[in-house]
Amino acid sequence: MSRLQVVSGKGGTGKTTVAAALALALATEGKRTLLVEVEGRQGIAQLFETEALPYEERKIAVAPGGGEVFALAIDPELALLDYLQMFYKLGGAGRALKKLGAIDFATTVAPGLRDVLLTGKACEAVRRKTKQNKYTYDYVVMDAPPTGRITRFLNVNDEVAGLAKIGPIHNQAQAVMRVLKSPETAVHLVTLLEEMPVQETSDGIAELQAANLPVGRVIVNMVRPAILDETELALAQGGASRTAIAKSLSSAGLGGARKGGNAERLVTPLLDQAAEYAERHDLEHGQRAVLAESGLPLHELPLLAEGMDLAGLYRLATELRKQGI
Amino acid sequence: MTPPLSLDPAHTRILDVDPLIDDPKTRIVVCCGSGGVGKTTTAAALGLRAAERGRKVVVLTIDPARRLAQSMGIDSLDNTPRRVKGIETVEGADGGELHAMMLDMKRTFDEIVEAHADGQRAEAILGNPFYQSLSAGFAGTQEYMAMEKLGQLRARDEWDLIVVDTPPSRSALDFLDAPKRLGSFLDGKLIRILMAPAKVGGRAGMKFLNVGMSMMTGALGKLLGGQLLRDVQTFVAAMDTMFGGFRTRADATYKLLQAPGTAFLVVAAPERDALREAAYFVERLAAEDMPLAGLVLNRVHGSGAAQLSAERALAAAENLDERGIVDQEAGNVELRTPEEAALTDDTTTTATTPQATATAATTTPAAPPAPAATDQLTAALLRLHAERMQLLAREQRTRDRFAALHPEVAVTEVGALPGDVHDLAGLRTIGDRLAAGSNPAGAV
Repeated sequence: MSRLQVVSGKGGTGKTTVAAALALALATEGKRTLLVEVEGRQGIAQLFETEALPYEERKIAVAPGGGEVFALAIDPELALLDYLQMFYKLGGAGRALKKLGAIDFATTVAPGLRDVLLTGKACEAVRRKTKQNKYTYDYVVMDAPPTGRITRFLNVNDEVAGLAKIGPIHNQAQAVMRVLKSPETAVHLVTLLEEMPVQETSDGIAELQAANLPVGRVIVNMVRPAILDETELALAQGGASRTAIAKSLSSAGLGGARKGGNAERLVTPLLDQAAEYAERHDLEHGQRAVLAESGLPLHELPLLAEGMDLAGLYRLATELRKQGI
Repeated sequence: MTPPLSLDPAHTRILDVDPLIDDPKTRIVVCCGSGGVGKTTTAAALGLRAAERGRKVVVLTIDPARRLAQSMGIDSLDNTPRRVKGIETVEGADGGELHAMMLDMKRTFDEIVEAHADGQRAEAILGNPFYQSLSAGFAGTQEYMAMEKLGQLRARDEWDLIVVDTPPSRSALDFLDAPKRLGSFLDGKLIRILMAPAKVGGRAGMKFLNVGMSMMTGALGKLLGGQLLRDVQTFVAAMDTMFGGFRTRADATYKLLQAPGTAFLVVAAPERDALREAAYFVERLAAEDMPLAGLVLNRVHGSGAAQLSAERALAAAENLDERGIVDQEAGNVELRTPEEAALTDDTTTTATTPQATATAATTTPAAPPAPAATDQLTAALLRLHAERMQLLAREQRTRDRFAALHPEVAVTEVGALPGDVHDLAGLRTIGDRLAAGSNPAGAV
């Protein structure tokens, strides 16, 4: 298992949730993981039902078997000051730069510098060791930018190394790229069984592979439960007699089966819902086939009927463990 | 018909999109919201509807899914509005046209440079490595260029309605923040520092400042590597004359967004995260004096059998299951005559709804499939229905929360489609649902 787990996915597919569940799953059996947020949305704090995370590594959850999950919301501005400190001991000059708007510039406008800082910080956590010369974190899980931007985000150091041809930034950028392009890293893509997210996932895989970035797994999130089996689908799509269904409904206590009766009036809407289910079922089947073409390991996580909460997160983590992550 | 003012969230104000897009005074509609809620589809559907109702419309999309773009015939990314064929004008609403374009960030940036710098200078900028990566689009550039393009389209005055889709940002707010950030950078002292080596003169009064500046450029040089700093400095020097223009245009576009002819539509799905983002955005628009027309709630589910609750459906399904088990245990599924079945049915029904007994008892039992198979199917249909009703309840709770926080926001709900949209007919359906407003129950 790679030590840096990058989780991306189209907006709305639940990549923050999956990243958090993955961090929990990897932390079981006494392991220690760091969950990193790079987009400043405080999605992790919301998921774990804690107050907003500061720019520091903080324990947010305990996993079954004594594992621990730490979280870090990277603030690009503070990360830049860190970075300056690391290379130049620029304390005062750093503050002066801040006054001049240089920090703003570097973290919001300057090409890629923001992304350099974010990936750099994550790689630093991956490589960090304790005094006993053990890795501080067994795994680092990054809740990364969406699929549309992930390749550029991870590859930014290549570009920076090209722009700054010498100097410490150049060296730092190259060191980060060595981690990102090695088997130490795996980039996972979260998707839904819908056309647009699947299309974006396929495009994302192709882009990542073209950039020599290591693609890990495809995680299909919010998979709806199978309620009708194939026989029932076939019956609902024409095999079954409407009168028989009305009668069956009536016998279950839902009113009259005669035309206009309460049970009879349920037949059409119920069959309509079944037809919709069938249409979605076919679509999902097709999308699964598209995803299978990628040849990557596929995982599926269930849609949680009561919405996402902390208990749901632990359920998803257990599910990931069961599926061999 | 104004709904009565009430704390009951059921009385949410209804957003009527047709008067909005029909009003000749509406010149710009901005669709914003977090990723994955159907912003682009909403923008395209609104544009199509407005065009078919007689307006001359251009839809500016930022990053459309390939098939949606193809549905409007804009698979070429060439930064120019293209006429969309196949619109079906509503009777009596002639003259409508639909144009669509996909934003090419780099091309837009290049055009600004070409338009505002003389040939040689433009060449120097376009060839600068720093410029090349800036314009290829890192955080913030896309938002800025979307605003820039909107300003350009508006200035051309060829269309009477511009529908804009906003970039798929990490947060919906980026769209409003980016131009200001770029503006404050361009106005900032940093620019002057970067330009300092090129401008260091011998003026005594500037001496102190220059010491500070060279210290700063020294630090920057060490950090970035001398050659990158030189690239940045040449870039800044070459762009110097254009900065004023950037600032002016960013300000102008910002004012345009506040003008009465602009309407913001916040797009969301009835999910907790999407509606939380929508609430942030609503608050932010109010703080910036930007005119909010309302909330478009996409992918709302309905049911034709809403009178049957999830609990009752599940209980009924269980009832049918149990009987199936009894039948199997008795081993006489085949042997059971319709009369016997009706008899059993009667007893069950009597226990729950006496009113139903009479009808059930007199109904002629149906022909095959065998009762057990039908019961099994019926139980499955009921479970499917229960799932739908639970979904409905969940969606209702999230909507109620939003409505309680923002009762002033008018809402239109768009019923969920089982599949994706990839042609004009699909967009038209979405448009019809947008206009139908608050009645997704009839929708599938």
